[in-house]
Amino acid sequence: MIGRFLAAATLGAVFGANAALANPDPADWDSVKEAARGQTVYFNAWGGSENINSYLEWAAGELRAHHGIELVHVKLDDTTSAVASVVAEKAAGRTEGGTIDLIWINGENFASMKEQDLLFSPGWAESLPNWRYVDFENQSTIRTDFTVPVEGLESPWGMAKLVFFHDEAETPADTMPDSADELLGWARENPGRFTYPQPPDFIGSSFIKQILSEQVADRSVLLEPVDDATFEDIAAPVFAYLDELHPLMWRQGRAYPQNYPAMKQLLADNEVDITFAFNPAEASAAIANGELPDTVRSFTFSGGTLANTHFVSIPYNSSAKEGALVTADFLLSPQAQARKQDPAIWGDPTVLSLEKLDGEDRARFEALDLGVATLAPDELGPAIDEPHPSWMDRLEAEWRKRYGVAN
Amino acid sequence: MTPRRDGLALIARFGPPLTIAILAGPVVAGLLGTVLPAFGYLPALGGTAFGLDAFKSLLAMPGIGRSALLSLATGLASAVLSLAIVMVFLAGWAGTRSFARVRSMISPLLSVPHAAAAFGLTFLIAPSGLLARLVSPGLTGWERPPDLLIVNDPNGLALIAGLVVKEVPFLLLIALAALPQIKLVETRALAASLGYGRIAGFLYLAWPQLYGRIRLAVFAVIAFAASVVDVALILGPTTPATLSVRLVGWMNDPNLSMRFVAAAGAVLQLGVVVAALGLWLVLERVFAALRNAMAARGLRLRRDAGIRHAALGLMTASGIIVGAGLVALGLWSVAGLWQFPDPLPSAFTLRAWTSALPRIAAPLGTTLWAGALSTLIALVLTLLCLLRERDTGRTVGKGALALIYLPLVVPQIAFLFGLQFLFLSFDFVARFPALVLAHLVFVLPYVFLSLSDTWRAFDPRYEAIAAGLGKSRWRTLIAIRLPMMVRPILTAAAVGFAVSVAQYLPTLLIGAGRLPTITTEAVALAAGGARRTIGVYAFLQMLLPAVGFAIAILVPALLFRQRRAMQA
Repeated sequence: MIGRFLAAATLGAVFGANAALANPDPADWDSVKEAARGQTVYFNAWGGSENINSYLEWAAGELRAHHGIELVHVKLDDTTSAVASVVAEKAAGRTEGGTIDLIWINGENFASMKEQDLLFSPGWAESLPNWRYVDFENQSTIRTDFTVPVEGLESPWGMAKLVFFHDEAETPADTMPDSADELLGWARENPGRFTYPQPPDFIGSSFIKQILSEQVADRSVLLEPVDDATFEDIAAPVFAYLDELHPLMWRQGRAYPQNYPAMKQLLADNEVDITFAFNPAEASAAIANGELPDTVRSFTFSGGTLANTHFVSIPYNSSAKEGALVTADFLLSPQAQARKQDPAIWGDPTVLSLEKLDGEDRARFEALDLGVATLAPDELGPAIDEPHPSWMDRLEAEWRKRYGVAN
Repeated sequence: MTPRRDGLALIARFGPPLTIAILAGPVVAGLLGTVLPAFGYLPALGGTAFGLDAFKSLLAMPGIGRSALLSLATGLASAVLSLAIVMVFLAGWAGTRSFARVRSMISPLLSVPHAAAAFGLTFLIAPSGLLARLVSPGLTGWERPPDLLIVNDPNGLALIAGLVVKEVPFLLLIALAALPQIKLVETRALAASLGYGRIAGFLYLAWPQLYGRIRLAVFAVIAFAASVVDVALILGPTTPATLSVRLVGWMNDPNLSMRFVAAAGAVLQLGVVVAALGLWLVLERVFAALRNAMAARGLRLRRDAGIRHAALGLMTASGIIVGAGLVALGLWSVAGLWQFPDPLPSAFTLRAWTSALPRIAAPLGTTLWAGALSTLIALVLTLLCLLRERDTGRTVGKGALALIYLPLVVPQIAFLFGLQFLFLSFDFVARFPALVLAHLVFVLPYVFLSLSDTWRAFDPRYEAIAAGLGKSRWRTLIAIRLPMMVRPILTAAAVGFAVSVAQYLPTLLIGAGRLPTITTEAVALAAGGARRTIGVYAFLQMLLPAVGFAIAILVPALLFRQRRAMQA
């Protein structure tokens, strides 16, 4: 009896090792699904938001019930630490059996992992069964992530657009700024009532990029990597802007909220008047959760705000690539995407094209109440492309040097 | 007559070497794993030549001097303040009824993990916190929270406050354990008969003896405060953050060359702690000289009621602050919309609890198992060491005591960093036994310290009688000693469990994020600023050790309900 058990265990170990060695082929979806059964997928994703954590909890239940996959949400405070883990594993020679199977990622982290060959390749995302619903024709950011070609190395998960929020009960809508320059003017009249998360927080850095995109004379230079020779000239207006803005900010810029939820709490506490997020439905979701008063409303800049797509990706040394593929496909399914877009759940906009869906699936989306504080897609204003990831690196380093140390 | 050689003595022989290996092994190996890369040696990352490049990059980091200074100053200041409060409180009140009341407050206070206390403090003192809400707009006229920099202030005052409220009960506990060893009643009577005030009498006569016995604990407090990560993340400054907080950031930087800088930073952190301890030694002398001068001039400080009451007030305040902070946490965990300046939420909801509970199961399991196992192992090792003590007839000397304090005095971050890399190369990271081992390093000293004094004070005649009746050592241990020691053993276990529950950095680094506990989840969420969820997690974080202490009180009470002499 014990002997048989041991034999089975050894066999299992041998086959398990073989399965891990051979990379799965998503074109042969049935065998991927078969191999995924029984796998545990460690999904490293930012864990600072309860509604997102709840959503992933639901996804884990579905994956367990329908695919036999155990999805474990490893909660990160910063995606870079997941990248760091993969890098450290590579350095320690752990080229298989890695601790991370799926990462929530985009922008600079994707660029860095792609450049260092840390991603499962060749491209797999466009071979997923649910890719057929993805709206890549109309949403350019699905195939180009912060100017870097995606090439199927990450699978789209949700759409993001920079949107501002204010409480109508405190501040009338017509007094809200309509550009970065107007925001500065508004801060002069309302000192102490605006702030942004401290870079290198993703949202904080994005705010700096929004200013950069508005202040730069020719936006096309931002699509190229930073050139040391011209960086100072191009970035000079940004830092002139921040030099003037900071003394007018919450705590005179001597302290910052550490991320978006902390900033949201400041709006809830009436410590600031304007906040912003990358999820247009964020305010509606927060109202539904009782975190913000139901008088909060959204606005954007008529000149446009940053827009991008966020993705999930698989490290090259994942120990459960099949499970990760099935999870990525599940996250892309109309059912999962519709639930994600519901502000009562999360409110993250879908990457799918409603026109590609059949009637029943389309109805799921059309039935959603996007909430009082969510702007309709045609009210979101023009989209500004994300600059090349190297701009974010340089701006963050420069920010830290100028403002990250007490003065 | 030589004692009979029995199995117990044989097993007990392994106690001390095992304990030393567990306490010193990871610390020494970890330090080595930190120092080598700091000087450029880390073959896995292509560092094969020794050099000072990492230190050069470290010194080029913006604001590094200020970060180091912040760590030094907050660590030292919080230790000075806490010790001063404990000292004056003991001087003014030891032996009185108020003293007994405060004494009963200690265990619950100690069981509150640092992070939970820090959250509570934030919810209390922030401009939009509970205190401001209670008096606004009535007293203050604030319709909006004032734009005041209280939490995360650049000088770390909030951080110091957060550390003090937790260090005061710890130092008091250690001092209480040492107090019976000095002749307090006689000393008090002598000082009073010579006309000295309570405080002066205590400071001149009793304090020098007492301080000698708690000095290592004070060192541990300084080292802890100067290198703390979780409390500094929650309450500390951010522009720049303290050295310890920045270190963790560098360790997680995807740019691998930052690992060398992080290692150099860990060495700098070690230097900061050494400097803080060095400064402390100077302060010790200054204080001793001052006291001697006062004593030589015959200052009797007879009218010290003001100081005494101030000390009692501060002592009580540190308890009340933690308690009120916990109330604030509890309120937020069930709050619906709660706008400033409403003193209470406009609606109550269990939403945060119902949404968090399903996700709590796994971290809760890890927390319980890691805590239970590390505490159990620590208890066994401690008992073996104490049994061995009797066989050899020697108690631990100063050297061994210093060894027990080693993991508490060497900054966690300085050796955990190297330990993580070491474990990584043995594929031992993110495995449960590794986590238990990492916790054990910190649990063991506390279990030993809280059990050893009572164990040694046990009346040896009980065992002598049992031996005289021909009972083996095993039987004596199981039938006589252990039952009579149930209370202190359970208390030591509760302390050990509380220490394990509170571990943040070891869990984060050695668990590599895959073995989350309630504490790591709570601190990760803190970064998210989601007050309701923080409330849930911090509440649980505090509840677990409290349950441990409750068991330590209730079980003996039940066991001995028919034995009057065994009731405390």
